[in-house]
Amino acid sequence: MTKELFSILLTAILTQNFVLAKFLGICPFLGVSKKLNTAVGMSAAVIFVMALATAVTYPINKFLLVKNDLEYLQTIVFILVIAALVQLVEIILKKYMPPLYNALGIYLPLITTNCAVLGVVILNVDEGYNFIQSMFNSMGAGLGFMLAMVMFAGVRERLESCDVPKFMQGLPITLVAASLVSVSFLGFTGIVENIFA
Amino acid sequence: MAKLRKEFSKGIIAENPVLRLVLGTCPTLATTTSVESAIGMGLAASIVLVCSNIVISALRKVIPDKVRIPAYIVVIASFVTIVQMAVKAFLPSLDEQLGVYLPLIVVNCIILGRAEAFAGKNPVLASAFDGLGMGVGFTAALFLMGAVREIFGAGTFLGTGVPFLENNPMLIFILPPGGFFVYGILMAAVNRLAEKKGKPRAELRGCEACPMAQSCALKNADKEVAE
Repeated sequence: MTKELFSILLTAILTQNFVLAKFLGICPFLGVSKKLNTAVGMSAAVIFVMALATAVTYPINKFLLVKNDLEYLQTIVFILVIAALVQLVEIILKKYMPPLYNALGIYLPLITTNCAVLGVVILNVDEGYNFIQSMFNSMGAGLGFMLAMVMFAGVRERLESCDVPKFMQGLPITLVAASLVSVSFLGFTGIVENIFA
Repeated sequence: MAKLRKEFSKGIIAENPVLRLVLGTCPTLATTTSVESAIGMGLAASIVLVCSNIVISALRKVIPDKVRIPAYIVVIASFVTIVQMAVKAFLPSLDEQLGVYLPLIVVNCIILGRAEAFAGKNPVLASAFDGLGMGVGFTAALFLMGAVREIFGAGTFLGTGVPFLENNPMLIFILPPGGFFVYGILMAAVNRLAEKKGKPRAELRGCEACPMAQSCALKNADKEVAE
């Protein structure tokens, strides 16, 4: 049981990394990774919202949608629940936990339309995970996002001081750098299965 | 008529959503492992884009300004669900290839972005043509990426073998790193062409291009950090 959960967690972080292998959440990955501290703040908010969204959508899906044969409404219901949830969290944090709000609050509205959050919720349903498995998968996805963001922020800070050919400056070199970071994650292929074999 | 043609044609080259505005990067990278899935993704997103543009434009005087983003999301999500069900019913193999990216059309920034930037302010017919042009531009860009990746990565084009490469495919092109690489090189080429024509380079706008930008404080946060 625990073996399986850790396998889900590590798969989501390393071999099936949300950003570098599944291409979910590319916009913040390319847009917010210029500075290390914004990268960390953004990914912390993503982990938080992913865990919360999974915890809320799982019972809604199981006890409301599946029970009434309304699975086809999943996409609409999930996006609305996530959007409402993010708003609610923002209001609650602002009122009762100002320090946490100051750290994460600014990133929250951005996450509503982030494909990584909706993606992890839909993937949990598609994979048929139970509640605990879903939570581990979401945590792994969030941690994997953070790992990719932090690594890439480091790469980009180095890139700033490089002498890049003119035609590659800006977005092209950023994408090629992302490609190399992604190659390094290919190295993890098969590692998780072997650890838990 | 000339105006409609302008709305249609701007999305294809001058304001191509993928290659000029740098929007919709997730599906661009994820679904271009083969020409077939690239075209499938492009068409599915285009259908949603045109339909949601028409409905949002028709409702633009009814939707209160304060709740427009949630209202747009509901309209878009409804059309995504319809497309999803149609693809599941009639093209099950495409459904398998696109997987989770089909429902994720809901959060594609191109669609919400066009709703916010165009359909919410313009008449129905113009919005339909705007959506059609953007959809064609998106599909064309995806086709280009998909063709490069499939020809080099699998040695085939739409399933038929390409001489020489057929026996020596470079697998890395259809793996995730190949997606980033091909997109990067394509952007470099497009930037080069744009510069020759005296147009600005396509830059990653990150937050500014995001439809949520106005309600989001992140832009300002980034500035604070810089200071």
